[in-house]
Amino acid sequence: MAPFLRVENLVKSFGTTTVVKGVNFAFNKGEFVSLLGPSGCGKTTILRMIAGFENPTSGSITVDGQDITNLKPNQRQLGMVFQAYALFPNLNVGDNIAFGLKIAGMPADQRRARVEEMLKLIGLPGFEKRYPYEMSGGQQQRVALARAIAPRPRMLLLDEPLSALDAKIRVSLREEIRAIQLDLGITTIFVTHDQEEALSISDRVVVMNAGNIDQLGAPHEIYNKPATRFVATFVGHLNTIEATVVSASKHQVNIDGQIVTLPSLPDGAVTNAPISLTLRPEVLSVGERAGSDITLTGTVSDVTFLGSVIRLRVALGKNIISLDTFNDQRTAPPARGDAITVSLASKDLLILEN
Amino acid sequence: MKQSRFWAWLVFGVGAAYFLVPLIATFEFSLRMRRGYYSFDSYASVFSDPKFQQTFTYSAVIGLLSIIVGILIVVPAVYFVRLRMAWLRPYVEFLTLLPLIIPAIILVYGYIRLYNSSSIIPFTGSAVGTDILLTFAYVTLALPYMYRAVDTGMRTIDVQTLTEAAQIAGANTPQIIARIILPNILVAVLSGAFLTFAIVIGEFTIASLLNRPAFGPYLQNIGANRAYEPAALAIISFIITWGAMSMINLLSRFAPRTSARTD
Repeated sequence: MAPFLRVENLVKSFGTTTVVKGVNFAFNKGEFVSLLGPSGCGKTTILRMIAGFENPTSGSITVDGQDITNLKPNQRQLGMVFQAYALFPNLNVGDNIAFGLKIAGMPADQRRARVEEMLKLIGLPGFEKRYPYEMSGGQQQRVALARAIAPRPRMLLLDEPLSALDAKIRVSLREEIRAIQLDLGITTIFVTHDQEEALSISDRVVVMNAGNIDQLGAPHEIYNKPATRFVATFVGHLNTIEATVVSASKHQVNIDGQIVTLPSLPDGAVTNAPISLTLRPEVLSVGERAGSDITLTGTVSDVTFLGSVIRLRVALGKNIISLDTFNDQRTAPPARGDAITVSLASKDLLILEN
Repeated sequence: MKQSRFWAWLVFGVGAAYFLVPLIATFEFSLRMRRGYYSFDSYASVFSDPKFQQTFTYSAVIGLLSIIVGILIVVPAVYFVRLRMAWLRPYVEFLTLLPLIIPAIILVYGYIRLYNSSSIIPFTGSAVGTDILLTFAYVTLALPYMYRAVDTGMRTIDVQTLTEAAQIAGANTPQIIARIILPNILVAVLSGAFLTFAIVIGEFTIASLLNRPAFGPYLQNIGANRAYEPAALAIISFIITWGAMSMINLLSRFAPRTSARTD
C-alpha cells in the first residue's frame, strides 16, 4: 500500500539558518502521528510546510498521491487546529464550524445538518448560537476541532492544540481527540513538545532534534529502545551512567569502582574506553530482586515523597541515579545518607551511542 | 486628599471653561437674531437656505465616497503590512503622517498642477473629474486618522492565525478580508470613517480651490456676509462633529470580544 503522506528531503532555511535539514518520512492512511521535540527543533515548521503556510526551501510533500508542495493552503483540503484556538470572534459557534462548508459552497440545509453532527461529535450540542468569548478554552478548542474536520479534510493537522489548556482538561481533551480520530479514521499529525501526550495517543512518534529526525517508531519503541542519546534523555526520565570498559572481550565495565558484566558491548569497544549506559528508573529495585543479575551499592543522596511513590536519588560515586519505589505504609522510607543496594537486569541497561 | 481634589477640579474647571465659554457665547449670539429676545430664527434661516441643503448634501456624499475609497485602500494595505511586510511598517506610518505635515494648500496646488485640463489625466477638466479628485484629496487628508484607526483595530486581533485558520478552511485572500478581518475590525474602521466624515464636512481649502459647491466654502461665504447665521452654522457643525465622535464611543461597545471565559 502506498503511503498516504510522503515527505521527501524536506529542507527549510530562514536566511542562513536551516531549521529543517532534509527530513524524510511516510505515513499510512488513518495513522495518528506525533512530531515530538523541544522548542526550535523544526516540528512546527514541518507542520506549517505541510499546511502550506511556509514554502519549503527544497523537497516535496505528497498527500494521497498528489504533490501539494506548491499548492496554496486553501487548495490542499487539510484541516488544522491551532494552539491559540483561532476561532473567528465575529462568528458564533455554528458559523465557525460552517465556515469551510460555506466557502466550499455547501447548501444551507446540508451545512446546518453537518454543524449539528459536528456539535454532537464534540459533545457540545445546542452551542451553535454561542460566541467564542462565551466559552472556556477547552470548549473553544473542541469547536476549533469541529471546524477543522467539518469539511471532511484529507488530513488533520494539530499544532500544539492542548498547550494553552490546564492540565486536567489537557488529559481529557487529548483522549477525546484520539477517540474522534479513531472514529473518523482521519490521518492526523500532532505537534507537541510534551512526550507524555505524544506517547499516550499516537500510533507512531517522530522525535525531532535540531532539524533532523532522531527516531521514528511506535511509542513503546521510542521509550524502550531510544535510538540516540537525545531520544533517550528527551523521552521519559532516564538515568545516564558514565562507565569505563574494563575488559572488552568479557563485556565488563567499571561503574564507580563496581565491576559489572554486560550481555554485549558495541562493536569497536576497547578496554579502558569510556562508555555511556542508560536505564529507566522503573527497572531499578531496592535490594536484591529475582531476575536481576546486577547489584550496585551506593548512598541515598535525596528522598522525595510523592504519595504512592517515593523517588530516591542514589549516589554510586560520581554517578547519581534515580529510582522510584512504591510507598509501603508498614516501613519507613530510606533516609538521606543510608547505605543502599539496588538491583537490575543487565538486559535493561542500554548502551548509548553519541 | 481634599486639597489635591480641589486643584484637580480647578484645572478641570479652567479647561472646561476654555472650551465651553466660546461655545456658549456663540450659541447665545446665534439666538439673538430677533431683537429683544432669544429665538431660533438664525437656525430657521440656515435650514431654509437651499444652498445649505445643496452644499451639505454634496459634502456628505463626497464624505461617504471618501470613506469607501479610504476603507478599500487602507484595510488591505494595513492587512498586508501586518501579515507579510512588517519591515514596511515604519515607512507606511511615516507616509500616512505626511498629510498632517504638508498643508492642504500645497496638496491642492500640486493636484491642480498635475491634473489640470491640459495634463495627461485632466481631472479638473470636468465636474465629475474634479469630484473624483476632491474625493482622493479627502482620502489623503484623512489617511493619518483612518490608518491609525484600522491599525489599532488589527492590533486587537491575531491577524496571522485568523488568516491561516481561514486559509486552511479553503478561503482566499478577498474572502478572508471580507468575512473575517473586516468584521472583526469594523468598529475601528467606523471610527476612522466618522473621523473622515468630520474632516470632510467642514473642509474649506481644497474644496474652495477646486471650486466645488461644498459645505466648507458655504460656511466661509455665509460668515463673510451675514451676522447671526455663521454662529448658528458653527453650532450645527459642532453638533455634527460631536455626533460623529459620539458614534465612535457608542460603537466601541459592539466590538467583537476575543478572550475566552476563564472558568
